[in-house]
Amino acid sequence: MGKTLADTQDDAVDGASPVLQFREVTKVFPDGTHALNNITFEVRRGEFVSIVGPSGCGKSTILRIASGLLPATHGDVALADDNIGYVFQDATLLPWRTVRRNVELFGELHKVDKEELTRIAQDAIDLVGLTDFEDHHPRRLSGGMKMRVSLARSLTLNPGLFLFDEPFGALDELTRERLNEELLNLFLSEKFGAVFITHSLYEAVFLSTRVIAMSPRPGRLIQEFHIPFEYPRHPELRFEPEFAEMTGKVSAALRAGQ
Amino acid sequence: MTSEDQLVRDGTPSTAAKEAETFIPQPEQGRGRLARTLVTVAAPAGFFVLFVTGWYLVSYVLLTPRRRFLMPPPHEIIAEGFGKSDNLIQILTGLWQTTRVAFLGLIIAIAIGLVLATLMSQARWIENSVYPYAVVLQTVPIIALVPLIGLWFDYNFQARVIVSVIISLFPIITNTLFGLRSADSSHHDLFTLHGATRMTRLRKLMIPGSVPAMFTGFRISAGLSVIGAIVSDFFFRQGAPGIGRLLDIYRLNIQMEMLYVAIFWSSMLGVVMFWGFGLVGNLLTRKWHDASLARG
Repeated sequence: MGKTLADTQDDAVDGASPVLQFREVTKVFPDGTHALNNITFEVRRGEFVSIVGPSGCGKSTILRIASGLLPATHGDVALADDNIGYVFQDATLLPWRTVRRNVELFGELHKVDKEELTRIAQDAIDLVGLTDFEDHHPRRLSGGMKMRVSLARSLTLNPGLFLFDEPFGALDELTRERLNEELLNLFLSEKFGAVFITHSLYEAVFLSTRVIAMSPRPGRLIQEFHIPFEYPRHPELRFEPEFAEMTGKVSAALRAGQ
Repeated sequence: MTSEDQLVRDGTPSTAAKEAETFIPQPEQGRGRLARTLVTVAAPAGFFVLFVTGWYLVSYVLLTPRRRFLMPPPHEIIAEGFGKSDNLIQILTGLWQTTRVAFLGLIIAIAIGLVLATLMSQARWIENSVYPYAVVLQTVPIIALVPLIGLWFDYNFQARVIVSVIISLFPIITNTLFGLRSADSSHHDLFTLHGATRMTRLRKLMIPGSVPAMFTGFRISAGLSVIGAIVSDFFFRQGAPGIGRLLDIYRLNIQMEMLYVAIFWSSMLGVVMFWGFGLVGNLLTRKWHDASLARG
């Protein structure tokens, strides 16, 4: 992990250098499960890449390898910076800490100066719309609000790369759509690179600059789609024919890959 | 970009507040609360009345006057145990002695138990080397150890405390260890991702997360430490008398009323210790822990 990248392929996405690069990555678990097969892709700053695929195709494994939680069996993984935001499906808040103290956690772990941290945490809390909820404990928050806290917590370190592992998978449809829109606002203002794992093709197409479709296990990349819609994207985009056509294409690729 | 920023800053607090409104549980309505109070107060009170009535029936109807001493009626017990100052002083002095033994024993057991559980949580080999002996300590009947401990440490205060420690140690170790292990793997992942040291992980994740389980252990052990203090006192028959010794003396002298009084006080001691630790545990975790909130 954390190898510096050779300056390669400066031609894509506004000349930004990749924040994450997978080169021919294969993962075989000790029990013999062949999770990933020859995965190659890269993500640049300012790019939002969603990965879709059937359950158990190794989507989450990609994130665990990218973050260094798991080693790859073969191939290379390179990160521009070890400072990454990782948002799980579960908000993973510490129940004994208030919203504010939860948001401050990562800064504490990185020994950020106390006063500075208080300020950063407040900014992040404001940014996700949880002003006035600072002193609540997580058990008093709804699922959507917990996820906002989780986002705010990662935002405090201002990472260049965000890994999202189905962060909105457990939320109801309306909350999910609202959070999708807010996540795009954050993406546009903070300009991070993002890898977003989801089961929802609509969510993937709505959020992403690129969508990658994966095959069932052992997961391979079957097709990559550039999503042409301009940012900022408005909620109504979801009801336009071009949007339906795009999700249709991704869906067809997934079916063909079965 | 500023417009997006604006959107987030202005658009979301109200929506977040809306989500919260629907989620925060409303305080209970008056009638439901009254019904619940009735159940929690009236039911035990009703049972108490039944119990006392039954007692009188046994004393006066079932037992002949000659055998009535086996179960003297409650008012005679109260007169003997609470009405006579000599008796009261004797039993309260014994109670104080036992309380000191039980409390000190519990504190020492908590200190040892927390250290052992923490060490065991840090390495499998430590757990594997310590746990079997903890189990043995738990399974050997405490009565079997009491004479030996008396011989070793002289039949005094210190020896009673040791018995109390031995009997109350195990639940503290197992519950604390369970608590320390209860953190989600995704929480551990977060700490790994942010380069947390072993110490930081223990301090900020494992220990705070273990508090509810820890206090469950303390509560169980609080009751056990009282048992240890009384059992050792009962069998040592030397040193300053506690409740255990008094139980034996009253039995030998056939002071049946006082025997009942001693049983009453020793139960009260256990109940108060159990309840006290439950209360402290609840106060510490009630803001975040579901189980403590459910207890009201």
